[in-house]
Amino acid sequence: MKKFLIPLALFFVLVVFLAIGLKRDPKEIPSPLMGRVAPAFTLPTLDPNAPAFDPQQMRGQVWMLNVWATWCVACRQEHPLLVAFSKANQLPIVGLNYKEVQAQDLQQGTQPDTAQTLAIARQKSAAWLQRFGNPYAVSVFDLDGRVGINYGVYGVPETYLIDQAGVIRYKQIGVLTPEVLTEKILPLVKALNAS
Amino acid sequence: MHPKRPLFIHIAASLLCAMLLSPQIQAGEAKPMAEDPIVEKRLIHISEELRCLVCQNESLASSRAELANDLREEVRKLIAKGDSDAEIKTYLVERYGDFVLYRPEVKPLTWVLWFAPFILLGLGLIGMAVYLRTRRKLPIQRHGLTADQRRQVQTILNARDNP
Amino acid sequence: MIIEIGHFALILAACVALIQGTLPLMGTWRQDGQWQALAKPTALLQFALIALAYGTLTHAALIDDFSVKYIAGQSNTLLPVPYKVASVWGGHEGSLLLWVLMLSGWTVAVAVFSQRLPLPMVARVIAVLGLISAGFLLFILITSSPFERLIPAPADGRDLNPLLQDPGLVIHPPMLYMGYVGFSVAFAFAVAALLSGRMDAAWARWSRPWTVVAWMFMTTGIALGSWWAYYELGWGGWWFWDPVENASLMPWLFGTALIHALMVTDKRGGFKAWSILLAIGAFSLCLLGTFLVRSGVLTSVHAFANDPERGIFILILLALVVGISLTLFAWRAPKATLGGEIGLVSRESMLLANSVLLVVATAAVLLGTIYPLIIDALNLGKLSVGAPYFNAVFVPLMVPVIFLMVPGGIAHWREAKLQSLARDMRLPATAAIVAGAAVWLFTDRGTALTGMGIGLAVWVVVGLLVQIADRLKKPGRIAPSFWGMHLAHLGIAVVVVGITFVKGYEEERDVRMAIGDNVTIANYDFTLREVTVVDGPNYKALQAAVQVFKNGQPIEVLRPEKRKYFSSSMPMTEAAIDYGWFRDLYVAMGDPIPGDKQQWAIRVYYKPFVSWLWGGAVLMVLGGLLSVSDRRYRNTKKTLAA
Repeated sequence: MKKFLIPLALFFVLVVFLAIGLKRDPKEIPSPLMGRVAPAFTLPTLDPNAPAFDPQQMRGQVWMLNVWATWCVACRQEHPLLVAFSKANQLPIVGLNYKEVQAQDLQQGTQPDTAQTLAIARQKSAAWLQRFGNPYAVSVFDLDGRVGINYGVYGVPETYLIDQAGVIRYKQIGVLTPEVLTEKILPLVKALNAS
Repeated sequence: MHPKRPLFIHIAASLLCAMLLSPQIQAGEAKPMAEDPIVEKRLIHISEELRCLVCQNESLASSRAELANDLREEVRKLIAKGDSDAEIKTYLVERYGDFVLYRPEVKPLTWVLWFAPFILLGLGLIGMAVYLRTRRKLPIQRHGLTADQRRQVQTILNARDNP
Repeated sequence: MIIEIGHFALILAACVALIQGTLPLMGTWRQDGQWQALAKPTALLQFALIALAYGTLTHAALIDDFSVKYIAGQSNTLLPVPYKVASVWGGHEGSLLLWVLMLSGWTVAVAVFSQRLPLPMVARVIAVLGLISAGFLLFILITSSPFERLIPAPADGRDLNPLLQDPGLVIHPPMLYMGYVGFSVAFAFAVAALLSGRMDAAWARWSRPWTVVAWMFMTTGIALGSWWAYYELGWGGWWFWDPVENASLMPWLFGTALIHALMVTDKRGGFKAWSILLAIGAFSLCLLGTFLVRSGVLTSVHAFANDPERGIFILILLALVVGISLTLFAWRAPKATLGGEIGLVSRESMLLANSVLLVVATAAVLLGTIYPLIIDALNLGKLSVGAPYFNAVFVPLMVPVIFLMVPGGIAHWREAKLQSLARDMRLPATAAIVAGAAVWLFTDRGTALTGMGIGLAVWVVVGLLVQIADRLKKPGRIAPSFWGMHLAHLGIAVVVVGITFVKGYEEERDVRMAIGDNVTIANYDFTLREVTVVDGPNYKALQAAVQVFKNGQPIEVLRPEKRKYFSSSMPMTEAAIDYGWFRDLYVAMGDPIPGDKQQWAIRVYYKPFVSWLWGGAVLMVLGGLLSVSDRRYRNTKKTLAA
């Protein structure tokens, strides 16, 4: 009467899968951009007089792209770590300021143009970086989030490690922690610099 | 008597009437939120098959999250550009991975998902047919009463006959 | 102080549950009547202790005792009283306490209503329920205690999630839990049957009413959840194939299969092992649902607690309960004797087909729900399975189930003549085809799919009318269960009509409105009259007044709101609905639109026949009620003792 054991066997398989599933985070979405060239863009920087920034300018060195915004509470958490990291290492960090200007920053019933929005974004982020420290070699502004979409950004903060050829090597979803820096990012940087 | 007052009142009254009447005059058919209803229809059709990435479990069509708004705007641009449904989905999968598809693609990874239910149904129906056929060939067990049970029945029947 | 009493009571309850779960069972092995007789008093004691514990928690909520960590997390001084009471089950820990309260309540019910059952049977059933209860009580005490203190106590609680501050919260979870827990009784009967080796028709006869009542509660709970989502979430959706929704649908499907399989076991002694397996399966799905919702393995809008530690405990509980019962099944079920003859075409074979189809449908829902987890566990990446999958797979599987309602009712037990069956089904078939074709071809926007939906519903309704007419011609009293069956089937047909019309003919307009603007759907006109600010007990709202006209006549003013609760930064949409027998008019308010003219985003929906979804569920529950009121379940003559 082996067939009576089938339900038990199926159940056992199910439990195994569920047990493995307990160790996974269903909300974590790996990036399909790993190993691909970082998407190109041209965005204005914090300094109104400086030329626009393009990731091509970073070719030849390993660098980090950190997606942040002043309204992002979690970004505040990782910011001190970023500031310390920028001081200790020669790794340039580019800040991608994501959708800085929100509806509540705009006056009720007005439709500002891009220049005005950019001005507000620059003002807000300059003040914030002044207060909490500026780890960024360059700060760029993705006002409407379209560059973010190209990078597969779905939350803030997110951080990318990009190599000398402009290829994305690592994506951190969420807050950067000391463990992630020491265990994942720094060894990778070392390996990339050595090759 | 102030000659101006009647005029003032007339003007005030006219203004008041104009104010009261103007909603009716200026109001009309409410404009759709969407700029282009045809694009919008396609947007809804496509985004119902896409997942809102920041929500716990919603389609891109129904989510009100900010990223969902942005992604819908992006899809609108792609529709206007003339991309097909498949191209738009590929565009998003390139950036966000398979996870963004609410309707999983039919590919080797999901063959089990898509075909297992119907295979299972087939197996179930075959199993049922086999079971019914073999069952007819088995002898039917008839339950008799044991001697003990027979005595119990008799006791109860006797009790009923003799109140 | 009082909370500590509650905590202590729960610890005692766990001890009592362990006694209740072991001694009566050992009593059946040792043929010791006294130990078996411990079942009922321990069940009563357990209930009293858990009720006490639950009472202390409710008391804490009512007096705003925020030194209790759970209450501080769920409640608030400004919360209206009914929601304070409901906040007790608004979070993970409290909802589990409600679960065990209901489990012990059902156990008492079994103890009270089983006068006719032989003592060893009652002892086994109550013992199994006691073991399950012990498992849950230990889970609560060890990982999820609602009795923890928060020192220093905050001045005010964090407040109940605004989405939950709704009459729906007061009634949906309790109904659903009554269903989940109710299936544990069917499970306990099945396990008792396996333990005793007596898997005959008597077991099915005893088990049926409990199963139907559990199913009734489950139906109510699911329907309420669907209705609540419909009016609360703001865009008129009523089913999202969310993992938690699936977690309630799967036991319901199995429960439906079980009710039908038990008919065969009861009347003809057939499908004994199958019925037992279905009973074990239904409750296993309840436990699985508990795991899915509370362990964080799946993303869901409903997810309670995302705590892997709790997940491990529930998984162990699930593995033990189901693993042991399935092992018992593999060991004992082969000894089950065969029932009466079953013809290839007979009521039994139709009911068997019903079982197969419902089990496959459940498997499909389960597969879709956990497939992302399986793929992730195998390191094959992350994909998502959403509504499009479930709709594509589930609907084709359910169509034959609904179709079978007619031949299943007409066919005779043991052997049905294909010819007479076909003859009886001619009228329903004709009516169905005519109705379906008419809907497809002659309605605006009619499609083959809507035609099929209506055709299916007409098939069922005409089919049951034919059966009723035939039965009335025959002499003799008609049992309530006859009416119950047809009423429940009618309920399904009504739901099918609702789903078909809503999906096929609903309309939506997403517009920007200034005061005085209007929008038209069907022959209804919606005009925005004014937008005002409204103060609620714990929120502030922007309220629109929308005048609705039908064919030019004013019929109703709908007042949708956009609420900002003091305790939360999330703005909440409160849609305004004009309910109707044949259509709902649904208006939701969006954000004010920036610009020089004062405008608001307003969404207007026309939802034909949507109330038939919940109306059908009501009919199903009434059908179930009629079935259990059948006199044979209340037969007071003593059966022969085993």
